[in-house]
Amino acid sequence: MITPIVRTAILALRRDRGSMVLSFVVPIAFFSIFAVIFGGQHDTVPKIKIIAVDEDQTSASQQLLSGLENDGSLTVLTKPAPTKEQPQPTPYTAATAEDAVKAGDVSVALIVPHGWGANPISFRGDSGAPSIQLLSDQSDVIAPQMVGGLLQKAAMTSMPYTMAEQGMKYTEQYLGAYTPEQRKKMEDTLDRLRHLQSDQGKGNAGSASSSSTSSSGSNTGGIIAVTTRSVVGENKKSPMISFYAAAIGVMFLLFTSTGSAGALLDEAESGALDRVLSSRITMTGLLAGKLVFNILLAFTQLTLMFLWAWAVFKLDFFTHIPGFIVMGLCTAFAVAAFGILLASVCRTRAQLGALSTLLVLTMSAIGGSMFPRYLMSEAMQKAGLWTINAWAIDGFTKVFWRDLPVTALWQQVSVLLAIGIVLFAVARRIARRWEYA
Amino acid sequence: MSTYPHSPSLSPLPLLSPLQVNALVKRFGQVVAVDDISLEMRAGECLGLLGPNGAGKSTLIRAIAGRVIPDSGQVAIFGASAGSPQARAALGWVPQDLALYPRLSATENLRSFGSYYGLTGKKLDQAVTWCLDWAALQDRAGDLVSTLSGGMKRRLNMAAGLIHQPRLVLMDEPTVGVDPQSRNRIFEMIEALRAEGMTIIYTTHYMEEAERLCDRIAIVDHGRIIALDTREALVHTSFASRSQVLARLEGPPGKVSEWVESRRGRLVENTAEFTIEGPKEIAALLDAASDAGLELVDLSLRRPNLESVFLHLTGRELRD
Repeated sequence: MITPIVRTAILALRRDRGSMVLSFVVPIAFFSIFAVIFGGQHDTVPKIKIIAVDEDQTSASQQLLSGLENDGSLTVLTKPAPTKEQPQPTPYTAATAEDAVKAGDVSVALIVPHGWGANPISFRGDSGAPSIQLLSDQSDVIAPQMVGGLLQKAAMTSMPYTMAEQGMKYTEQYLGAYTPEQRKKMEDTLDRLRHLQSDQGKGNAGSASSSSTSSSGSNTGGIIAVTTRSVVGENKKSPMISFYAAAIGVMFLLFTSTGSAGALLDEAESGALDRVLSSRITMTGLLAGKLVFNILLAFTQLTLMFLWAWAVFKLDFFTHIPGFIVMGLCTAFAVAAFGILLASVCRTRAQLGALSTLLVLTMSAIGGSMFPRYLMSEAMQKAGLWTINAWAIDGFTKVFWRDLPVTALWQQVSVLLAIGIVLFAVARRIARRWEYA
Repeated sequence: MSTYPHSPSLSPLPLLSPLQVNALVKRFGQVVAVDDISLEMRAGECLGLLGPNGAGKSTLIRAIAGRVIPDSGQVAIFGASAGSPQARAALGWVPQDLALYPRLSATENLRSFGSYYGLTGKKLDQAVTWCLDWAALQDRAGDLVSTLSGGMKRRLNMAAGLIHQPRLVLMDEPTVGVDPQSRNRIFEMIEALRAEGMTIIYTTHYMEEAERLCDRIAIVDHGRIIALDTREALVHTSFASRSQVLARLEGPPGKVSEWVESRRGRLVENTAEFTIEGPKEIAALLDAASDAGLELVDLSLRRPNLESVFLHLTGRELRD
């Protein structure tokens, strides 16, 4: 009794390619994608990009920054990348470094202030010298912590002479003066350490002048005094709310858009498409109509998502309306065109379901809808730029997190509009198969 | 049933033929779906399009609707090239499939299709009212299509093809899958259109429908029109004054078919069919059967009808 039922079900499954793909191909594809994203991380550990500004210009500050530069987990910039307009850019200052953090170029900037080198070690924070400043973006909760730790490590490993000398001063200050014999031995030791530190400095001189890489860390209770200051999001209550509203919103927009555009396939199957195309409606008009509907649907979805975030999670929505409208419409346009393209490529709803699941989840994983892109390797971050998700999330982050004006969205707007136009043009070309036999 | 509201924009074209097909050819790869078909319709005429499956009817219909680009030849609707805006406005298409939006109500479907033809405001309201009345769906106007019966869906499908008040309508098997009551209602709807002077192309596999509704009948096979005339003329051309004798015979296995073949008859499902010139030939046929040792079980005389013509011209072999 059971065998015939099982046999029939197997036959039906074998003939349903969509179900077969969803059952067997999609899970393997996803496993592979996530394995590539995370499994390969040990080879390409994501480096944290920071800006370092050495206002102190003492040997101690140079030693410290050299130590950071030698750390493999940081990429340190001391000046912007050269451009055509500025082939030889000027090094960052404290002000331009802060601007760069605010613009989202880096998550952390490290400022070594004037006078820090005079008294760099601060076991108890009472050295009297100015402390190192870490300017951070709160949307990245990991980078400042990591930079703080690496800063302490660099102090220990790259400044042995400074450490010992400072220790001697503290000993004399709190325990009394050394005997001549003790002082001689201490000075011999300091001499050796001075040479060692000097040698390290010479070895690091090349990379320091390259002005592009180093490592840092921040912690106010460590060997060196560090003050961390949030320059982005310091007044925001929930750092990740706007990120996730955009990230999850875009992912579901993509799903909704493909599902909605799938009505084309239903209409083609029922003959309604033939009937529509025999009226005054042309294929371009039909697709444009579907596109506009999908844009409105997607924009409404996004609006609801952000209103919910405002109502429940205190997202500052109403002071960012212009940016939201610009980003919302551009994102909606791109995802709507994506949905139309997928519907025009597929022959059946089952095909559309399988293909859209595969593509949307892949784009969402790579594009940062599931977890922030700054946690991914550099290669994956670059790959993410091929997705709608990444550009949309970047744009919404600029609006809601960095409080940047609408004009600062030109890059995201341009890319999303270009994506939408190209995808729609391709969809129109493919849809010719429905027009005439 | 209310009067059909002809579109005023089409009324200045009465002298033009509703449909002219000239040397139409359409190939799909190596298959010639339509092979040099020419056809002209008169205003107010109902033309039946008959043919076995795969004969080329659907391709011809789609070419007239402007949904197939011919390899050669022309199709003109009231003088306008098929697929042109003028031709689209003048042509109504009732596809065999239920080409409706299932999640919309009957009224919403009609309003949608009406707006696709550019109808708005009062004109659209009037067209929707007429369609609902014509299809006897006033009581179910607000119901979703998915909740309507098969017959209602068929009638709505037809109404949607007439929402823009065309002058020529293509009806592709509009009675498929409906019960006798609904079919009868559909006949009445079509007859009401005919009474108003609508020009109709009607494809069907039901011969009695073509006999009842159509002025002329075109039989299509292998992409060509192999016969085109009135029902009477087709019967006369194929059978002249001859009649058909249907006889059920019993005898040794193989003997019956051998004998039927020798008398130039055809054996169809144990019934022998013979074409005779007059009743006198019946006696001779019965004598011959008796001489051959066959026993006559049943005998009837039939005047040839459209089905006889159709089978005579297209043969009895299965086509799909």
